[in-house]
Amino acid sequence: MSLPTSIRRSMFETMVRSRFWDDRLTTQYWIDKTPVFAFGAGPLPGELHTSHGQEPVGAGVCAALSDEDMITTGHRPHHIAVARGVDLREMSAELFGKKAGLSGGRGGHMHLYDKRVNFSSSGIIAEGLGPAAGMAFARKMQKKSGVALSFLGDGAVNQGAFHEVMNIVGLHKLPFICVIEDNKWAVTTHKSMSTACERNSDRAENYGMTGEFVEGNDPELIYLATQRALERARSGEGGTILEIETVRLSGHFMGDPAGYITGEKSDYQVDPVPVYRARLIDDGILTEQEASDIERVIGAEVDEAITFALDADYPDANDALNCTFA
Amino acid sequence: MSTKEAAPWESPTSGESSSRSLTICRAQREAVDWEMEHDERVFMMGEDVAGFGGVFGTADGLGDKFGSDRVIDMPISETGWIGMAAGAAMEGMRPIIELAYVDFIGVCYNAIVNHAAKTYFMSGGQFKVPMVLISGTGAGYSNAAQHSQCLHATLAHMPGLKVVSPTNAYDAKGMMHTAIRDDNFVVFLVHKGASGVGFMGPLVKTSLSDVPQEDYTVPFGKIKVYREGTDVTIAGVGLAVHQALQSADSLAKMGISAEVVDIRSLVPLDREGIIESVAKTGRLVVADEDYHSYGVSGEVIASVIERDATIFKAPPQRVCIPDVSIPFSRPLEYSILPLEERITSAALKTIENV
Repeated sequence: MSLPTSIRRSMFETMVRSRFWDDRLTTQYWIDKTPVFAFGAGPLPGELHTSHGQEPVGAGVCAALSDEDMITTGHRPHHIAVARGVDLREMSAELFGKKAGLSGGRGGHMHLYDKRVNFSSSGIIAEGLGPAAGMAFARKMQKKSGVALSFLGDGAVNQGAFHEVMNIVGLHKLPFICVIEDNKWAVTTHKSMSTACERNSDRAENYGMTGEFVEGNDPELIYLATQRALERARSGEGGTILEIETVRLSGHFMGDPAGYITGEKSDYQVDPVPVYRARLIDDGILTEQEASDIERVIGAEVDEAITFALDADYPDANDALNCTFA
Repeated sequence: MSTKEAAPWESPTSGESSSRSLTICRAQREAVDWEMEHDERVFMMGEDVAGFGGVFGTADGLGDKFGSDRVIDMPISETGWIGMAAGAAMEGMRPIIELAYVDFIGVCYNAIVNHAAKTYFMSGGQFKVPMVLISGTGAGYSNAAQHSQCLHATLAHMPGLKVVSPTNAYDAKGMMHTAIRDDNFVVFLVHKGASGVGFMGPLVKTSLSDVPQEDYTVPFGKIKVYREGTDVTIAGVGLAVHQALQSADSLAKMGISAEVVDIRSLVPLDREGIIESVAKTGRLVVADEDYHSYGVSGEVIASVIERDATIFKAPPQRVCIPDVSIPFSRPLEYSILPLEERITSAALKTIENV
């Protein structure tokens, strides 16, 4: 089955946008962090978990969604946020701790919220599942449409929250998709050392859900699998555990050289962005010139967002005291 | 409405009277019922709520009245469904959830403090989380270390959630209305011993009160002076307030006039109200069934001292659980509870110290 050209092109653009943004952030991140590395130093402080390699998941899943669908995600949110259309300038400003940021600099990179596109992220492993299921539950009670999706890594499946929430999703046949990004690594621990089964999607049957495993970090297969899961959710057939094979091309966070990814464990570490670019050119969807044009335009857009963030004002220090209660 | 007959301790309701004597449990149930009737965003979720009505009867009859779509039984998966409640609240609902015993927060503390309490802040105000968590606190019935704690300080310590603990039926109903209408996450704690729940034996008379049929609110952040006095302020939380009232009777027989203050709202805390009382008496005893160290008692005393270190005529006293786990055996348990005798001794100490 071949996808419409516009969708294929759009997914490529999304992957490029996410990659370029992460690349620019990486450059900014290292400012003032050498020769002594400290999370808290420089214009872009804190932990930073970039999405290098996982772009197809954000691009493929989010291309299939509708505006009313809802997303929660975890500590590695960039590719999903970009794909969902979270405002790039405001999100950049948030990462740099600026007043113009999504949350006025209160959240930072792991805690991104954009109500306009029904997006939120949480830094606590697997604990975005409950809120997402609750959002699905709310829509069901309100008799409004909308499917909730929660993204987590394969390592997060070993959290109790996963099993608690999947059971409730199955019990109530909630319009819900659990997207597991199987990058094989829970920080430095390989999936083979942490997880008793090969495919977490196989667990779905026990929760009264449908399980699908998508191989190859391929945005098109991811898009199609998401479409199937959305159809099931919207038609009242309940939830899906959608496990997507992907790669983490970087360390767990910036500063982790990932020396543990060696030998056969590095064989699948293929960068999906040039792969998809070449494929679209091969398939005659894009010419080399068009691909370059896309990269140039998106590069300028990303640069503009970073410049906006760098130029923006820091919040007034007293802002720390606001916003604890509504 | 529920067809359940009035419990033996409840005054028979007549059509003419607009208020009746109720227990805390029955009173808070009325507020939940009223809010569910008037606001379709309000729903109840928890373990054993739909058919059984919840451990404290808060949902008694509400499952039949509103149906299983709005009074929803949940599996024993608290981090899952408390996280869900937070998500439903983010999407515009107003969940009321029940965690039977506050001791169980260990299994869902993350959903409570890292999600429900922090989302409004972390989102820069984009997502509100208006929900109410009801839970039972307290010891005194040989249920030992894992089913007897108060833990209100463990919750009140965390920014982003309000914590209240009414000690009588009138306050319970009014504060439940306030809690459900609040745009924030409110933890609503009731000491099992004062609640009127069936498994706790004789009722604490001072927890009963005349409760109007109509809806009304009792604001958070205001102490309640149960009994006025001039010699010593006894500020209490939960069941300790009722022990303090007995203590005030004993002290009165000794010619000492004790003012009994119910803190009742831990977050927000009425520091001004407490200071006003201590300014009058010059002496303070805090009676709190939570652990002694790093708790409400220390917070209350510090709040007074920060304002005016010269206010005390004698060093303030704390009557709390002395930083041990709560024992099972009756003599062991009773020895560590903030009961009337300990409160009276502490009050006398402030007088003798003049």
